[in-house]
Amino acid sequence: MLYRENGQFKTSYAADQQMLPIRQDQIFMLALVAFAFAVVPLIASDYLIRAILIPFLILSLAALGLNLLTGYCGQVSIGHGAFMAVGAYAAYNIALRLPWMNILVVLVLAGLAAALAGMIFGIPSLRIKGLYLAVATLAAQFFFDWVFARVKWFTNYAPSGSVSVPDIELFGFVLNTPQRKYLFVLAIVALFALLAKNLVRGHVGRSWMAIRDMDVAAEVIGIRPMAAKLSAFAVSSFFVGVAGALWGFIHLGAWEPLAFSITLSLNLLFMIIIGGLGSILGSFFGAAFIVVLPILLNQVPAALGIPISTAMASHLEFMIFGALIVFFLIVEPHGLARLWAIGKEKLRLWPFPH
Amino acid sequence: MLKRNWPVVALVVVLAAGLVAPLVTGASPAGFYVEVLLGGLMAGVLYSLVALGFVLIFKASGVFNFAQGAMVLFAALAVARMAEVMPWWLAALLAIGIMVVLAWVIERVVLRPLVNQEAIALLMATLGVTYFLDGFGQTVWGSDIYEINLGIAKEPVMVLDNLFQGGILVNKEDFVAAIAAAGLVALLALFFQKTPTGRALRAVADDHQAAQSIGIPLNRIWVIVWSVAGVVALVAGVIWGSKLGVQFSISLVALKALPVVILGGFTSVPGAIIGGLIIGVGEKMAEVFLGPVLVKMFDLAGGGIENWFAYMLALLFLLVRPEGLFGEKHIDRV
Repeated sequence: MLYRENGQFKTSYAADQQMLPIRQDQIFMLALVAFAFAVVPLIASDYLIRAILIPFLILSLAALGLNLLTGYCGQVSIGHGAFMAVGAYAAYNIALRLPWMNILVVLVLAGLAAALAGMIFGIPSLRIKGLYLAVATLAAQFFFDWVFARVKWFTNYAPSGSVSVPDIELFGFVLNTPQRKYLFVLAIVALFALLAKNLVRGHVGRSWMAIRDMDVAAEVIGIRPMAAKLSAFAVSSFFVGVAGALWGFIHLGAWEPLAFSITLSLNLLFMIIIGGLGSILGSFFGAAFIVVLPILLNQVPAALGIPISTAMASHLEFMIFGALIVFFLIVEPHGLARLWAIGKEKLRLWPFPH
Repeated sequence: MLKRNWPVVALVVVLAAGLVAPLVTGASPAGFYVEVLLGGLMAGVLYSLVALGFVLIFKASGVFNFAQGAMVLFAALAVARMAEVMPWWLAALLAIGIMVVLAWVIERVVLRPLVNQEAIALLMATLGVTYFLDGFGQTVWGSDIYEINLGIAKEPVMVLDNLFQGGILVNKEDFVAAIAAAGLVALLALFFQKTPTGRALRAVADDHQAAQSIGIPLNRIWVIVWSVAGVVALVAGVIWGSKLGVQFSISLVALKALPVVILGGFTSVPGAIIGGLIIGVGEKMAEVFLGPVLVKMFDLAGGGIENWFAYMLALLFLLVRPEGLFGEKHIDRV
């Protein structure tokens, strides 16, 4: 009844092609953004912001990046944790060696470094695809794990191999409270989500999707596979690199190479599968799911009063995690984003049956 | 022929040169060199066994089974814990039963509902299975380090001390393991070539629809294939466990089987064996002889290049010969 586009007539091309053509969607999105920026920092507790909201936002950004590559361009990667690491270590080294540089510039440079790494490891995608490519990206994962653990220059000769960064400063504000960090991350993630949304509905995104759906046909209609695939790798790694830099600087503060291990890569993959391949919104759903699930799993036994050891809890977490992934793949292979779309479709008809 | 294949030839030549370099330049004594070589071959046997499981399942069902490593861990844990209360061979027999049940459950719960899904969805499903098995195995069997004692002496034996100065130290256990692995491969080859079931398996691997249309029950074949892969995982797990102890890291090290199948070809059983040996020898050689050079050159905090060497090798191979050494040639060049 409320959600219906009856009577919203488009009288210009611009109106027809806008990002959110339905008025209710525009209002909802504006309200959501306003809520996230203005209300959440006031009502959310420090714990909620630090342990859930900030990781959720940063991982959303990373999942978004991976989704551009896997969901939109059809190239599987199990190495995106490594590109996060490249972003994080690039940002660390730039901030360390050029301390006068604005943090925003550092983030962009970190993203560019990751994009370069992504393009290099994306080169095999020109000859191979699917599962073969997955193994090729796995090479990136193990190689960068090793590089950041062994090459001393990257960690500034820290004896333990772990690095730490001070609170970052932005135009005179030190980001030292959870609220400030949250707003900073939120602004960046919102910006990148907007960017991604517009990328995928434009020329570049359509060439990616054409490659994903049928590469031969795409080539026949004049899309250059090399440019499309490498640009997908570059843009995806850029997003992920920025996410990695934020993960290190804002969420972790101090980290060691293990922070960006293959577990992280696999988690990113789970996020986009559970959230929905080829969906911007799905990246956020997936990230929320993966961030919240372990916390819930830890809370439930305690809430029910069942004593459970930490080791047992972590094993149970593994089991439930794996079972849920299989369950999701069977029940809804297109992810949470599809459920959302179905819900919207139902809402359009409600209260009528047809 | 040579003209078209020059990148492959060049790569092989470079690798071979790297392989003999330490010996020719006199950087290592011959005895030590042979020891490293044997150690590499031994690791390679284990990689081969894990890769074999991959290849079997991929051939028969087109599923890229990420869970093979978890199956190795699960089987090894089962044997190790049950062997505490019974002789190890009885434990192994029981564990085979468990692996068959596991295969049946996986087929029923995971594969059958996902039939006709894209390859990536199936890969994800096996990732889910990996997580589940890792958690389940450690919940049921415990998560400490366990030993598997096969009753073979572990102390190294000195052989060929008249040929090389100082002789060569080899482990008797390693030899037994290598022979066991070779026996398993021979048994599998017989099973695939001579038995009706094996023939049905090969038919399914060739063409699902054709196999089904002549009356081969696909579902049962998949259970059999996953069971066979489970048994292979069990053998790998027992050998590995008796050598290094049963612990969680087995599950991760088994990821090394991925470059092996890339190198050997996804659909080739001999490829898995030879690929495994190449990777095993290659990474040991690289670690022992190339590692120190790199450390000195770039001032690294230690070697450890065997962590990524196999993957880089596979990556190079993908660039020059995507179908692997023995894989089926498939032309989809875009």
